[in-house]
Amino acid sequence: MATISVGGKDIEVDEEGYLVNLSDWSKEVAAFLAGQDELELSDAHWEIIDFLREYYDEYQIAPAVRVLTKAVGKKVGKDKGNSKYLYELFPYGPGKQACRFAGLPKPTGCI
Amino acid sequence: MSEGVIKKFMYVNRKPPYGTVYALESLEVVLIGAAFDQDVSLAFIGDGVYQLTAGQSTGGIGMKNFSPTYNALGDYDITKLYVEKESLEERGLAIDDLMEVVYEDEDEDYAEKPSIRLVSRAELADIMAEQDVLLNF
Amino acid sequence: MLHTVNKSPFERNSLNTCLGLVKPGSAVLLIEDGVVGAIKGTAIEDQLIQAMQSCKLYVLGPDLAARGLAEDKLLDGIQVVDYGGFVDLVAEHTSVQSWL
Repeated sequence: MATISVGGKDIEVDEEGYLVNLSDWSKEVAAFLAGQDELELSDAHWEIIDFLREYYDEYQIAPAVRVLTKAVGKKVGKDKGNSKYLYELFPYGPGKQACRFAGLPKPTGCI
Repeated sequence: MSEGVIKKFMYVNRKPPYGTVYALESLEVVLIGAAFDQDVSLAFIGDGVYQLTAGQSTGGIGMKNFSPTYNALGDYDITKLYVEKESLEERGLAIDDLMEVVYEDEDEDYAEKPSIRLVSRAELADIMAEQDVLLNF
Repeated sequence: MLHTVNKSPFERNSLNTCLGLVKPGSAVLLIEDGVVGAIKGTAIEDQLIQAMQSCKLYVLGPDLAARGLAEDKLLDGIQVVDYGGFVDLVAEHTSVQSWL
């Protein structure tokens, strides 16, 4: 099992870079994972990451992309509830990439 | 399946959660299958009704409590969860023993509506007869 | 609708649940361990006779033979089909429900 080192702590990740233990997550970990993808997290990124974490906390799953898109539109504004906006923020896919930064498992049904 | 044709899919759940993987597998198949935009419903009969009991707490058995996920189904446009009345009664349960599962109706300003529909065995038989595809778990 | 049942009615409630939900005119095919329910003199004989008032009951021959159950032991009215007959039944009905 691979590990990443953030703030002096070794954290287990799976072969695709997702956290093995959800409880290892912190904002620093998210920033570190984003750094691996050469991304700097802006407020707009955090808005989505926070949303994903809240969704997971409530429903115990990471939402599918279309669910995320719809829900983001409802929660933070219609102008942000489209895949173009989300892909601009997370070029490797809002489902896959944003969930990884948020410390969640890969969305169910995401291949 | 030809493109654009919407079929009626029903997932029939007959096992309690946690003892075997059927209930969780069913839920995952439902979530994955939701990407295909079909007319999906779930039925809970026999011991399957235990999947929806309120107040599930799995800390003591070291397993993930996946019951909150039923409340996400509405986001996936799955809003019909049929529960067979006779199955509840045979197990000393009533609708009040089940958790509340709701969906948001986009056409009515996201009003929350109940997803669980209590049906008799005879009603469920009629609903099953209308389905194109039935998947048992 | 064609219903298939692959569990013994003496171990699981699959057949019982199925028979509670079949509509008149449906077909029920017993396969795998489900075939043990098809013989005469069992505890569920009356239930099957009752079901045959409105539905057709079939049993898969190779599964019966594999379990040493001769066709002369079958409850009257239950028809034996081979794999080809199984395929025909699937083709004749608009949908199939597999009771596990």
